[in-house]
Amino acid sequence: MNRRHLVLAVAMATSLVAAGCSSDGGSDGAEKVALTLVAYDSFPTKDTPLNDALAEFTADTGIDVSIVIAGDAGTMVTKAVLTAGNPEGDVLWGVDNTLLSAATDADIFDGAPAQVDFGDVCVNYDIAWFAEHGIDPPATLDDLLLPEYNDLLVVQNPATSSPGLAFLLATVANSGEDGWQQYWSALRANGVEVVDSWTTAYYERFSGAGGSAGDKPLVVSYGSSPPFEVLFADPPRTDSPTGVAAATCFRQLEYAGTLRGTRHPVEASRLLDFLVSERFQRELPLNLYVYPVNTDVVLPDAFTEYAVVPDDPFTLDPATIAANREQWQDQWNEIVLR
Amino acid sequence: MLAVRDLVVRFGDRTVLDRVSLEVATGEVVALLGPSGVGKSTLLRVIAGLLTPDAGAVLLDDHDITTLPSHRRNIGLVFQDEQLFPHLSVGQNIGFGLRMQGLDRTHIAQRVAELLHLVGLDTFADVPVTKLSGGEAKRVALVRSVAPRPAVLLLDEPLSGLDRELHDRLAGDLARLLRASATTTLLVTHDHDEAAGIADRIITL
Amino acid sequence: MAGPVERDRAALSRPANPLPRWLVPALAALPVLGLALFYLWPLSTLLARVVQPDSITDALRTPGLGRVLWFTLWQAVASTVLTMLAGAAPAYLLARYRFRGRRALLAIVTVPFMLPTVVVGAAFLALLPTSWHGTARAVIVAHVFFNIAVVVRLVGAMWAVLPHDLSAAARTLGASPLQVLRFVVVPLLRPALWAAATVVFLFTFTSFGAARLLGGPAHPTLEVEIARRATQLGDVDGAAVLSVLQLLTLAVVVWWSARWQRRSTVHFVGNSAPRRAVSAHERRVVAGIAGVTTTAMLAPLAVLVSRSFRLGDGWSLHAWRTLGAAEVRPGLSLGIDPLASLFASFRFAAVAAVLSALAGGLSALAIASARRHGKLLDVGLMLPLGTSAVTIGLGMLITFDVAPFDWRARWWLIPLGHTLVATPFVVRALLPVLRSIPPGQRDAAATLGASPARAWLAIDVGHIARPLAAGAGLAAAISLGEFGATTFLTRAGRETMPIAIARLLGRAGELPRAQGFALATILLLATAFIIGVAERQGALDARSS
Repeated sequence: MNRRHLVLAVAMATSLVAAGCSSDGGSDGAEKVALTLVAYDSFPTKDTPLNDALAEFTADTGIDVSIVIAGDAGTMVTKAVLTAGNPEGDVLWGVDNTLLSAATDADIFDGAPAQVDFGDVCVNYDIAWFAEHGIDPPATLDDLLLPEYNDLLVVQNPATSSPGLAFLLATVANSGEDGWQQYWSALRANGVEVVDSWTTAYYERFSGAGGSAGDKPLVVSYGSSPPFEVLFADPPRTDSPTGVAAATCFRQLEYAGTLRGTRHPVEASRLLDFLVSERFQRELPLNLYVYPVNTDVVLPDAFTEYAVVPDDPFTLDPATIAANREQWQDQWNEIVLR
Repeated sequence: MLAVRDLVVRFGDRTVLDRVSLEVATGEVVALLGPSGVGKSTLLRVIAGLLTPDAGAVLLDDHDITTLPSHRRNIGLVFQDEQLFPHLSVGQNIGFGLRMQGLDRTHIAQRVAELLHLVGLDTFADVPVTKLSGGEAKRVALVRSVAPRPAVLLLDEPLSGLDRELHDRLAGDLARLLRASATTTLLVTHDHDEAAGIADRIITL
Repeated sequence: MAGPVERDRAALSRPANPLPRWLVPALAALPVLGLALFYLWPLSTLLARVVQPDSITDALRTPGLGRVLWFTLWQAVASTVLTMLAGAAPAYLLARYRFRGRRALLAIVTVPFMLPTVVVGAAFLALLPTSWHGTARAVIVAHVFFNIAVVVRLVGAMWAVLPHDLSAAARTLGASPLQVLRFVVVPLLRPALWAAATVVFLFTFTSFGAARLLGGPAHPTLEVEIARRATQLGDVDGAAVLSVLQLLTLAVVVWWSARWQRRSTVHFVGNSAPRRAVSAHERRVVAGIAGVTTTAMLAPLAVLVSRSFRLGDGWSLHAWRTLGAAEVRPGLSLGIDPLASLFASFRFAAVAAVLSALAGGLSALAIASARRHGKLLDVGLMLPLGTSAVTIGLGMLITFDVAPFDWRARWWLIPLGHTLVATPFVVRALLPVLRSIPPGQRDAAATLGASPARAWLAIDVGHIARPLAAGAGLAAAISLGEFGATTFLTRAGRETMPIAIARLLGRAGELPRAQGFALATILLLATAFIIGVAERQGALDARSS
């Protein structure tokens, strides 16, 4: 009985190893170049129009593109920094302005990175809630300190959440490098709830999100969140349940670039060019929830109708961010969490 | 006086004890004889309170103790496989019952020394029980049950598994010990000669 | 009378012909090589690369580090104590009683341990009142939920071999049930109690998912801090230093607790088999413990399952029906293939199971046959459990990047990572079985003409065949739910279920989230099934074989 089990196990193992090997994708005999695109975890790896666009690129140029998801944006940059000169892939997608300095300081790119998209992190509000309570939603960051908005806001920890960090940076841009601490003391006194991740804030604590049982009508989220409330609504709807306070937005920029040490610099450049081309960029709004930098792109209706793109969002120089970020996060910790 | 009346014990559809009755007078040593499987150990367990009978009663000095929990009966049981506590020394094993009674350390030590001397194991107080030979373990098991001066002492095949020489020597020790302590004793065995040598009376099940 | 004769029973059965000297090293070769290649080498590469003397002092002087360390320590101690208390009753029940649904109860208790905290954490959070969110007590309660299996199994396995008659003997000597527990049962269970406490401490000290989700931003543990430094701040050297600090702390604790674990080679005599509850009181106790345990363990899982059916304000099968579909709405796709992740997970689990069985079997045999060096291997195999997944993953990334070791893109690195984590469990399941083989059996084989090696082969290896199959099942279950190391090694097209679930749960839209819970339900059922099958093989029943 034991021997039979052993033989069975060995047979199973061999067949599985063989199966696994075949799934590794044997090398094509022909001189086809295969590029690897390194991206963060919300980048789709198959089946979406974004992937279809990449397939078209392959059909046109004969260059295969496979995608490596390196984790969240921060993890992805850390890995790229650690493997600088001998990278995991050929092109990197998705370094944002808060991480750009770290990336360029470590010299991970071959040449300058190109901006590929942008988005805004803003305070979103639940339209129905404010209508019910007869108050106007807040318009600016300073409004959030007013007593009528006491205990209504959910924010994310800047140490663990990208929108959380963006919101902190917005307050730094708004109140200055010496004044933001006071702002947060006042905000804390006015009752702000802090959670760990955007998902928790938006889907568990925000009252305006579809399917949420939360009770807070104000949340730090994206300028592109309202269109998605409409798109994913079940049953479908034609008006957005949420709105965006445009004067609270912080501009997030994302960059892509060819990685230093790639074995196919020429092909990698072609891919990079494609990533900023209209053909690829037109798929960004609905699949990555960001705005394309390519001005030739026509935005989908849901975006033009329900999304808000502020003219003058808050920004900070990437070098300033890189230099002070850790310190700001620690200070924020002291002020808000202790 | 220990009395058992119309005891019935069933395991599933098998009736192990079918209306068994017996009596042991105070201070008497009675041997219960019978082949294996006839229910002798089961009877001892019922008397000790480790098993609840399906019918019948156990009486100690005319008090009905059938439903009294085991630890309140003051009835000792020497197990066939000794069941010495492996984490305790010889002395700690013997003193266990006295500790449960709440005696202080000096008294316990005294009594333990007394009993060790009685079975010729004077220097064994601190020996771990895992290092005992067969005969030594049986002697320790015996005095462990005797130590708290139980009202009744039950012995389940106390001399089983010993070679002839050791068996006879221990049988003699056992007989002496029982007579000296004058405890009401019920002894279970399948060996007729052993029964004859130790007991005042023999009952066959 | 003569003094005690030093007739050590163990000495009587020490084999006159010991095993060939090359046997243990031969057995241990593969596991040691694997450990060195896939754990020690990546870890030391990372440390050598990123750590300089300044980084050590910098990392240690971070403000707030003391607070993080203190919190990590005291919550781990509190979690351990509470888990031991909570696990006592179920352990007792499963060890001593036979009742209908016994195996099911054991599976129910074990499943949460195998599931990734990122998955169950969300459901757990939903169960707790809002005032508990982001508190230390929420973290501790979650820890009890996730780790109770360790206590039930380790303590239960030992309790199940304590002869009934030992307690009976104590009772006839006047010990009340509580006194039996205090003076007989607990002292005899001590090795298992310390083993369980050590493992639970290990897991709660290195807790990541539960601490982040339930403790929130105000209660980071050391592991959370390590991840933050590495992935958010780009401070890999700081993370590496803290990881070493974590490992050293655990090493100290494990070493200290090992002193309390008397190496028990006590061979109990007498029947210890679980039996049916007889009296009405007993039946009430059984029903009570079983009922409370089942409810407590099933509640978060039930919430998890129910959330896959909730869309909007109502109930719907939509998430399930669209689980395999790429397009959830015309023009809208998720880019995540849940069903592909299912197959990937199962493939990896099968490979991990075979590798873990191999490594675990060889290790257990080596550890059982060698005395002092065995302990070394035992502790060595536990090291990956106490090391932050971040450091292992990043270490592998920079170590396996150049030929002939450019393995970082290979698919098998993932199940290998799983094997690192699962092997200690296989070893834990096999050792008690090996140690309970009466030495006389090998002697008997010797007298029948078997050489020491052949006797060992027939007896020792023969004994572990069944528990090994069960251990492989356990490894498969662990592999299915592994998240930490996998996130660092994963590549597109080979996402496992936990990765896919985490991505789905993090997506915009309630449909993806419901799908995430649907996939989580599948993971839950698969894990429960595998554990159920492993139970049939008598995985952690120390008396089996």
